[in-house]
Amino acid sequence: SAALIDMSMMSSDVERLLIQFQDEAGEPLGSPFDVPLDITPDKLQLVCNALLQKEPVPLAFFVRGEAEVVESLRVCVKALGAETETVLPVVYQPQAVFRVRAVARCTSSLQGHTEAVISAAFSPTGKYLASGSGDTTVRFWDLTTETPQHTSRGHSHWVLTISWSPDGRKLASGCKNSQICIWDPVTGQQMGKTLTGHTKWITWISWEPLHLNPECRYLASSSKDGAVRVWDVVLGRCERILTGHTQSVTCVKWGGDGLLYTSSQDRTVKVWRAKDGVQCRTLQGHAHWVNTLALSTDYVLRTGAFEPADATINPQDQTGTFEELKEKALQRYNKVRGEGPERLVSGSDDFTLFLWNPAEDKKPLARLTGHSALVNEVLFSPDTRLLASASFDKSIKIWDGRTGKYLQSLRGHVAAVYQVAWSADSRLMVSGSSDSTLKVWDIKTGKLHTDLPGHADEVFAVDWSPDGQRVVSGGKDKCLRIWRR
Amino acid sequence: MPQNEHIELHRKRHGQRLDHQERKRKKESREAHERSHKARKMIGLKAKLYHKQRHSEKIQMKKTLKMHEQRKTKQKNDDKTPEGAVPAYLLDREGQSRAKILSNMIKQKRKEKAGKWEVPLPKVRAQGETEVLKVIRTGKRQKKAWKRMVTKVCFVGDNFTRKPPKYERFIRPMGLRFKKAHVTHPELKATFCLPILGVKKNPSSPLYTTLGVITKGTVVEVNVSELGLVTQGGKVIWGKYAQVTNNPENDGCINAVLLV
Repeated sequence: SAALIDMSMMSSDVERLLIQFQDEAGEPLGSPFDVPLDITPDKLQLVCNALLQKEPVPLAFFVRGEAEVVESLRVCVKALGAETETVLPVVYQPQAVFRVRAVARCTSSLQGHTEAVISAAFSPTGKYLASGSGDTTVRFWDLTTETPQHTSRGHSHWVLTISWSPDGRKLASGCKNSQICIWDPVTGQQMGKTLTGHTKWITWISWEPLHLNPECRYLASSSKDGAVRVWDVVLGRCERILTGHTQSVTCVKWGGDGLLYTSSQDRTVKVWRAKDGVQCRTLQGHAHWVNTLALSTDYVLRTGAFEPADATINPQDQTGTFEELKEKALQRYNKVRGEGPERLVSGSDDFTLFLWNPAEDKKPLARLTGHSALVNEVLFSPDTRLLASASFDKSIKIWDGRTGKYLQSLRGHVAAVYQVAWSADSRLMVSGSSDSTLKVWDIKTGKLHTDLPGHADEVFAVDWSPDGQRVVSGGKDKCLRIWRR
Repeated sequence: MPQNEHIELHRKRHGQRLDHQERKRKKESREAHERSHKARKMIGLKAKLYHKQRHSEKIQMKKTLKMHEQRKTKQKNDDKTPEGAVPAYLLDREGQSRAKILSNMIKQKRKEKAGKWEVPLPKVRAQGETEVLKVIRTGKRQKKAWKRMVTKVCFVGDNFTRKPPKYERFIRPMGLRFKKAHVTHPELKATFCLPILGVKKNPSSPLYTTLGVITKGTVVEVNVSELGLVTQGGKVIWGKYAQVTNNPENDGCINAVLLV
């Protein structure tokens, strides 16, 4: 309050303005406040934190929910053309308390694969790293020494997709011969038997979220043969087969509300009930293959009970009983999800994206156009406010995660952008492209933060560890690179 | 060399020597030795020519032997995983080699300059006037022959009204007027029945274009709002070109392929 008095006494000859703080849902915080017109975001943050009376958190402010206050309130008001006579609503958004530092150097280049690396992923706590490659092996790497740990052989063709279970104790990998194997990261051995059943290659694997089942027993796999199968990993058999798509299913996501979302080359996205496999809805609208799906709660479902803010230098396994983990995961999920239902975004070969509310509506919320080549990957930021789309037209576009409004374009790559990965605090993003470079982008400024060259050939897979320390990238030159600060 | 067949006659009459087969067998087995003796002792130009010929013979022999050997030993080729591993999102797409991309760019620039466009059927048989237009005789004595009737399928448009019959030179029969075409999307491999908006170009003659005659190879504009395509700016695309791929007057329907 001393700062407040200081502020009000300081500038009595500058224009003043009445603002009303509102949270994201629109609920007002306190009563309208009188502030000078050229107030900066830090002072606004002090005021807001004082009003919130909780631990001070970093905040971002948006005038009327649209324009962000970057330098001072005056600039925003002028840009919007708002009147200074009425009370101006200012929406405050809490940002992540922790700050992820941008990666700047390649700490090691992990050789070992004898063919191109086509998928790479960190475990939910960031303790283990696994990569799948064209030489049919899945390799586990020790992150503290940055050396190979296990080589898991079991597949007979290229390992196309890998997926960690939300508790970090199992890794599922799918290959081009339509087989799925489950591996134990600690020993590198296969757990249970190989899951066969699909007739063509596996395109995506998605585990059941931790808060629905802390045992991590079920997973869903999609394949080129047009079917989606739900497998019981413990018994090693197929629980359910979801047929309905007429062409290859390109992506399957298990949502946090017990719904399964699948996208396919037959231009539709289908919503299924996971419990009994009944098809709920078909979302139509795309004019060409639907390549990729992204759920607003993707990141929190991936990390399960692990909170990135609690990360330590040395990543640890998740400890606790099933109930504790389930409780933690459910808390985190509800916090990120907010009031509204999960939002789904689908990216397609027709150069557009659709924003859907799949649990309720058949009609899309918005159609996001602007790309001039096919969209390869879409990803929500961990705080679900932003959406990034990587496309073959060498650009990445950032959209608002709630309304689908176009925000900015990130240009810099000279060839198709294949994959993107967000940092855990949603402030940075790394993208890997066919031109063999990775680029780290700062979302606040919308500019390139660091250029990370080093790969000799196209970069196929990129991932940022949930504890924010490392970025891994793998590509056609058969080596895996780890980047750190 | 015998001048007549007396040797053969003698063989027919008296048969062959009693040890003929044995001598023949032994002579043949000695052939290898004699060949090698000759090859070693030959000198001069004759030797050069002989050695060259023998060398090529030997290469052929070795090849056939190797082939036979391969057939004998069964090779399990299924173990080897093919090269060129690509991630799942690139699997259904044909990757273009970089050299091809550059040469394609140059070719496209040249084509743009020349004003030629790529169509699925670049060359079609040109239809002559006698084939497309039939002479209609009019007049009291059926002597006047200035009217023509179109014998091929045509498209006239919504707001078409005939000229007064006395003055119309080209007759387009109602039975041959079509409004819809079955258009196939080349990548999706799906066919849609879309309304025709107009005839863009008939490759046989500009006269046919103005008349709206649709033959094989004609480029027509179709209404694709059904497909839901959108431009970069967010505008919905509602017209696209398609090229006719069949002979509509023979089939009774217009099949076309969309030019993407």
